[in-house]
Amino acid sequence: MKKLTYIFAILILSILTISCSSDDDNTPVEINPVEGLIMIYEIEATDHTIQIYSKKPNLEVGYNEISIRVKDLASNQFVSNLSPSWMPMMHMETMEHAAPHSMLTNAEESTVYKGHIVFQMASNATEFWELTLNYNLNGVAKEEVVNIQVIEPIDGLKKTQVFTGSDNTRYVLAYVNPKNPAVAVNNMQAVLYKMETMMSFPVVENYKITVDPRMPGMGNHSSPNNEDLIYNALTKTYDGKLSLTMTGYWKINLKLLNENDEVLKGEDVTEANPESSLFFEIAF
Amino acid sequence: MKAFISVFPFKGRLMGNLLYAVFCGIFITPTFAQEMPADSLKLINLNEVIVISASKQLNHQKQRKPLSSLDEFLESSRSIKMVKRGAYAWEPTMNNMASERLVVTIDGMQIFGACTDKMDPITSYVDVSNLSEAQIGSGQQGAAYGNTIGGGINLKLDKNNFRSTGWTGSIESAFETNNAMRVFGGEVNYSDEKFYINTDAIYRKADNYKAGGNEEVAFSQFEKYNFSINSGFKLAEDKSVAATLILDEARDVGYPALPMDVSLARAVIASVSFKQDTLFRNFSNWESKLYYNTIKHTMDDTKRPNVPIHMDMPGWSETAGFYSQAEIKLTKNHFLFKMDGYYNKSYAEMTMYPANSDEPSMFMLTWPDVRTKNLGLYAQNYLHFKKASLKLSMRLAYHSNTVADEFGLNSLKIFYPEMEKTKTRFLKSISAQYHNMWNDFHLNGGLSYGERAPSVSEGYGFYLFNSFDNHDYIGAPNLNTESSVETNLSLTYDKSIFEVGISANYFQIFNYIIGEIDPSLSTMTIGANGVKIYKNLDYAQLLNTTLSGRYNITNAFKLTGQISFHRGVDNNGENLPLISPVSYNSAIDFYRNQYSASLSINGAAEQVNYNASYGETKTAAYATLSASFGKRFFLQDNDLFVKAGIENILDTNYTSYTDWNNIPRMGRNYYLTISYSIN
Repeated sequence: MKKLTYIFAILILSILTISCSSDDDNTPVEINPVEGLIMIYEIEATDHTIQIYSKKPNLEVGYNEISIRVKDLASNQFVSNLSPSWMPMMHMETMEHAAPHSMLTNAEESTVYKGHIVFQMASNATEFWELTLNYNLNGVAKEEVVNIQVIEPIDGLKKTQVFTGSDNTRYVLAYVNPKNPAVAVNNMQAVLYKMETMMSFPVVENYKITVDPRMPGMGNHSSPNNEDLIYNALTKTYDGKLSLTMTGYWKINLKLLNENDEVLKGEDVTEANPESSLFFEIAF
Repeated sequence: MKAFISVFPFKGRLMGNLLYAVFCGIFITPTFAQEMPADSLKLINLNEVIVISASKQLNHQKQRKPLSSLDEFLESSRSIKMVKRGAYAWEPTMNNMASERLVVTIDGMQIFGACTDKMDPITSYVDVSNLSEAQIGSGQQGAAYGNTIGGGINLKLDKNNFRSTGWTGSIESAFETNNAMRVFGGEVNYSDEKFYINTDAIYRKADNYKAGGNEEVAFSQFEKYNFSINSGFKLAEDKSVAATLILDEARDVGYPALPMDVSLARAVIASVSFKQDTLFRNFSNWESKLYYNTIKHTMDDTKRPNVPIHMDMPGWSETAGFYSQAEIKLTKNHFLFKMDGYYNKSYAEMTMYPANSDEPSMFMLTWPDVRTKNLGLYAQNYLHFKKASLKLSMRLAYHSNTVADEFGLNSLKIFYPEMEKTKTRFLKSISAQYHNMWNDFHLNGGLSYGERAPSVSEGYGFYLFNSFDNHDYIGAPNLNTESSVETNLSLTYDKSIFEVGISANYFQIFNYIIGEIDPSLSTMTIGANGVKIYKNLDYAQLLNTTLSGRYNITNAFKLTGQISFHRGVDNNGENLPLISPVSYNSAIDFYRNQYSASLSINGAAEQVNYNASYGETKTAAYATLSASFGKRFFLQDNDLFVKAGIENILDTNYTSYTDWNNIPRMGRNYYLTISYSIN
């Protein structure tokens, strides 16, 4: 009996000590500002280097999130007052054109400038993309031109649509999110630009894109509770909801509507018409 | 109780009062019953016991088909009908209610099938070789085993229980011509006053069966074996421990009524129990059991031709539980108290392989790892009066379901964005059953109330395909608790050579759970007609009536018969699915000088009340005729028992309301059973 009492006492004591020793580690952790990104280009200039990062190892046709930072070799520091701008340019055999892109901002990390470019086509043997970067370094305006390689998406899925709407305007619609689709209600995001000229692609505001995900392999099975993509002025994207009831290949049938709810592109999915001419593809 | 009240101030007090009232009700001692209770009083109850014990030589004579499957035994009962999806693993229904509304236990153990499509009712995981009887309680009379609406079935395992029989054994075999079914079984037992061990094994294998007119029913084959050990040891004169292990495995089981077959259905069922004759002086027959069982079920469509898309659908169900019960026997009161609980984990998934092999496979969780916790308290009291008795019983249970898998939770949130991970309920049951006897008349009457939680499929199923109504089903996590008010009445006139009885029960079921079409949803299964979501109907009504009789023509000849009528409608007066039409059976049995014989007829009238929106068609009237002959031989000390029979003598091609997708039933079938027992 006495032995039992001892064992019991030891048990209680050990529980107390375990529960009292909590971890109080508040030492700040050094955060790598380009954590999880892949450096796809590094350009050596005379007194600085330019690094271009992406989440994927290649730039692909479609929506690409790109981060840029510049290291001043004199101070060995990354610069946070670059005020950069950029211009992607496709040099084709007979003509050249730009690509829709955002501004570069350093809102999240002062030394990392982020933005996105929607490439409409891939580079090939005779046609190539150039990215022109303009920025300020220590008060001096600089320009750097980088020859970049853009490939067709490795998964072979259509996530970008370049088309002429019923209003005779050319549009570029690109899939942004979800990057990792799940069997759930996903937050869906896309960007929509129109081609004003070969060089100018402004963001289209206040249109609407309807969403109808289907599984052609499952008799065009669809899912409930999808929400149309609506323009978000803050992010300049079109945001909605995408429900996916199982893993596999999904064709997301879309319709583009203007402010007056006139259909500019895409059709309803019916028994007779199994797919819309405007769509994205995902597989997971 | 204090903690309870502080959390639910109003509800708690209400429940507390209810508890108090119920317990007081149970404890009332009849003040007017002065005489001793009439022990000789024969209780004619709505409850029924089906004797199984295939191996017990004495019972062989009473049974028309001793080595038939458990399913056939259950079907022979007057209160159970079996839903058939093939030749194997029939689903019991009672009072026209199926699995979700019944509680089916094995020796008091809760077990839940692992198949999302009800291809493995738990009655398929035991065999007649290890059962002694099936105890059937209609409606809330089954609440001793768990929460139920329609009733309870407890399959009691066969044990020697310290009888001093020494070594015994038997071997048995059966053959049936229709589907070339081979049955081989055997058992070896040892039992004395201090120790017993029972072991048995049985193996069944059948090919496709043929319906009337020699029409082969493809994919109706099956193969299964069952092995069990029961053992007990006396620790002291009044204390004993016992353990049970059952292993049941079926392979290559065809389901002709379904688009898929089963490549494996395996159950391991284990328990240890402790028994003591008395407890705290007042209690007697104290019994406690700890149990665990695990089921794996694998559906398979690789042998089916023309499958639109191949799919794998494995399911797992694991249950751990306990119960502890004790009795108090007083002169006029007989109390039973029971505390029980279980924890179940149900998980099932589906992977489909697209025709285009470049596309990724399609995966979904059809049961999202649902964890069910149930903790219950059950009390009953038999009050004995001079010529009457009253049984009062109640059950209170805490029941909770939790979706443990994040993937599954997110899947369901597509339909129910606001759903919570966990849903908790309190389930109540209370019943009073009265019996009175005047001369040869017995009157039975009862009134009860019971509740049940939705099943895993009803609450959390994800695109479960029902081939009967050709719809995909989606569970509804926020379903209301289903409850039922039930009343029953029966009157029997019982003379030793003559008996006739009429009985009826009526269920008014509130929040009746059933699938309703949601036209806005898109089907998942290729070829399905639509998607149904489980909903609560305001109410549904079920009525079952039976007229039965027995006449002992001579000592050797006995004539029995029964005719029953059933009706089930929802709150709009629409017919409920799977409700029996008028059905009848009659038999004449003969037994004399170790010879036995029987001739029986089974039939049903046309199914007038059916519901096409649940995939039902009007099944035609039918009748089948069967006969059996048996003889027992004594070979020195041992017994040889031979029984042969013909089922469906006229080779009728027929289908009944319980036959899934109207698959035809077995045609003419000859069977032969031989048992040899060594005493």
